[in-house]
Amino acid sequence: MTDATPKPAAATRRTRRFRLPRMFRNASLLIGATITASILLLAIFAPLVATHDLMQMDMPNRFSGPSSEHILGTDNFGRDLWSRLVHGARISLSIAVIAVLASAVIGTIVGLISGYFGGWIDLLLMRITDVFLGFPPLVLVLAVVAVMGPGLVNVAVSLIIVSWTEYARVVRSTTLSLREQNYVQAARALGASWPRILFREILPNSLGPIIVLASLGLGTAIIWESALSFLGFGLPPPAPTWGWSLSYGTRFIRDEPWMSIISGAAIMITVLGFNLLGDGLRDILDPRQQTRGKG
Amino acid sequence: MTPDTSDINGPVLSVRDLKVHFPIRKGVFQRQVGTVRAVDGVSFDIGRSETVGLVGESGCGKSTTGLALAGLVEATEGKVMFDGARVGSKTGRDLAMYRQRMQIVFQDPFSSLNPRQRVRDILRAPLDIHGIGAPAERPQMVLDMMARVGLRPDQSASFPHQFSGGQRQRIGIARALMLKPDVIVCDEPVSALDVSVQAQILNLLNDLQAELGVSFLFISHDLGVVEHISHKVAVMYLGKIVEMADRQAIFANPTHPYTELLLSSTPSLDPRKRRNFSVSHDDVPSATSIPAGCAFRTRCPLATEICVREAPPLSLRDGTRLVACHNR
Repeated sequence: MTDATPKPAAATRRTRRFRLPRMFRNASLLIGATITASILLLAIFAPLVATHDLMQMDMPNRFSGPSSEHILGTDNFGRDLWSRLVHGARISLSIAVIAVLASAVIGTIVGLISGYFGGWIDLLLMRITDVFLGFPPLVLVLAVVAVMGPGLVNVAVSLIIVSWTEYARVVRSTTLSLREQNYVQAARALGASWPRILFREILPNSLGPIIVLASLGLGTAIIWESALSFLGFGLPPPAPTWGWSLSYGTRFIRDEPWMSIISGAAIMITVLGFNLLGDGLRDILDPRQQTRGKG
Repeated sequence: MTPDTSDINGPVLSVRDLKVHFPIRKGVFQRQVGTVRAVDGVSFDIGRSETVGLVGESGCGKSTTGLALAGLVEATEGKVMFDGARVGSKTGRDLAMYRQRMQIVFQDPFSSLNPRQRVRDILRAPLDIHGIGAPAERPQMVLDMMARVGLRPDQSASFPHQFSGGQRQRIGIARALMLKPDVIVCDEPVSALDVSVQAQILNLLNDLQAELGVSFLFISHDLGVVEHISHKVAVMYLGKIVEMADRQAIFANPTHPYTELLLSSTPSLDPRKRRNFSVSHDDVPSATSIPAGCAFRTRCPLATEICVREAPPLSLRDGTRLVACHNR
């Protein structure tokens, strides 16, 4: 092209869309992704990596502590903690994934519509989100679970109710600025329908914050699930939830701290993994950094 | 292009008394406390294969005129006619027809292209939206248009950030041309570009006009650019056209004092060409409080009493030019 301005040699001819190797130079992203991926793999292959039947009690060997037989020791009924943890990861992760996906979808659609149309539609939708934000989240979650009863889906639904508002607010604000962009105006001038503008023009450009919120939200959802189990509102025993192990272990914590420590550490590491992943994604998806990198 | 049964010499686009007013709202109850009269009764015609330059200072309403014609800002009043037929309600099918005949090219080539879409998707969107061509033919139509605006076919999978400003503007022009519109509003299409690239884009617009018979409403504050590309020039001041004539007539012999001011403020290398015109360079009055009578009287060296009392109508002079001035 004749009107191509000369570019530095390094910047020309870069046709790769995803900069995979470079993106992992971000330390928190690398660590977060590693932790998350490992836990995901453990959860998926839980039946294979579990060493014992997770229901099998062994009262003489209760609170055994880590040993060659039980790598993380046993709980108050002598059940193998490692096996229960990896199965528990399935519960925690599936609740978190369901809750986060559904909240992100609901919140994003509400935010897109609210931000794009403005006016009374915006006013109405934002007042509805305010109503949801007005309740203390813990009370709301407990109320929903108390009404619907415990269970994997019900816990997830209660988490959706408290977390979709965050996506709605963030997406609304990015939509507000994106809708003034010339390419959105150009799409309007071309006669594009509003769903097309929302999903083809605006949504792809607001994915960055949504992805960041979602990965941080996974960590939060796991904490919520554990908190509910801790309070006795989660999946009822003998489901191997992390929160139940943590809370039940506190009864013996003075003499036998292993049970609580191990379950708590599992929660902590998982949440840490998601948070690091979210932070890392925020760094590399930051639009300012993107323009600096791409010029 | 649309089936053409109209007089070939008639204007393809006629704008009559276009007004765009924005309410200023204040306070808890959003009471309207004033009105910005951004465009205040603008009328002009554009012929087939004709370029009309629209010039004026920033804030005079030239861009708003373009946005209103492109359907991006709602017009408060006024008629828009294609081939003499009034465009009906701007809804549904009428609106879709209107969009096909009128397109826009934006000033900023960086924000006018979606950074997440490949060039071929950007250019294909107009075809998809209006259902032009069979889906299987659309990729070829995209490549044809890319060639026409001077882009290589192998660039079709690239993203906007991989292009220079001039190339991006070519993509923007190609997108506007995909629907084969009758008129393209060019809203300062070259003012964000380097001077050398400006010339290329202007020549591209000229070539495209010769090939496709498209008309341009060319909005710019750069008189040099307008002189280069326009057949007719309209000068706007505070929402109104104050002078409109053929390019030669405007540049050789400006009649309205404001036109004269604009031309005299263009720097010239030739000292003999430098004009000396004493006019107040004070700030432009705000579009919220346009002076009564002639809007330009606060800065005009020729202003007299009648200018305060009456707004001068746009009237025909020498059979060719329209001027809105009491004293010229």
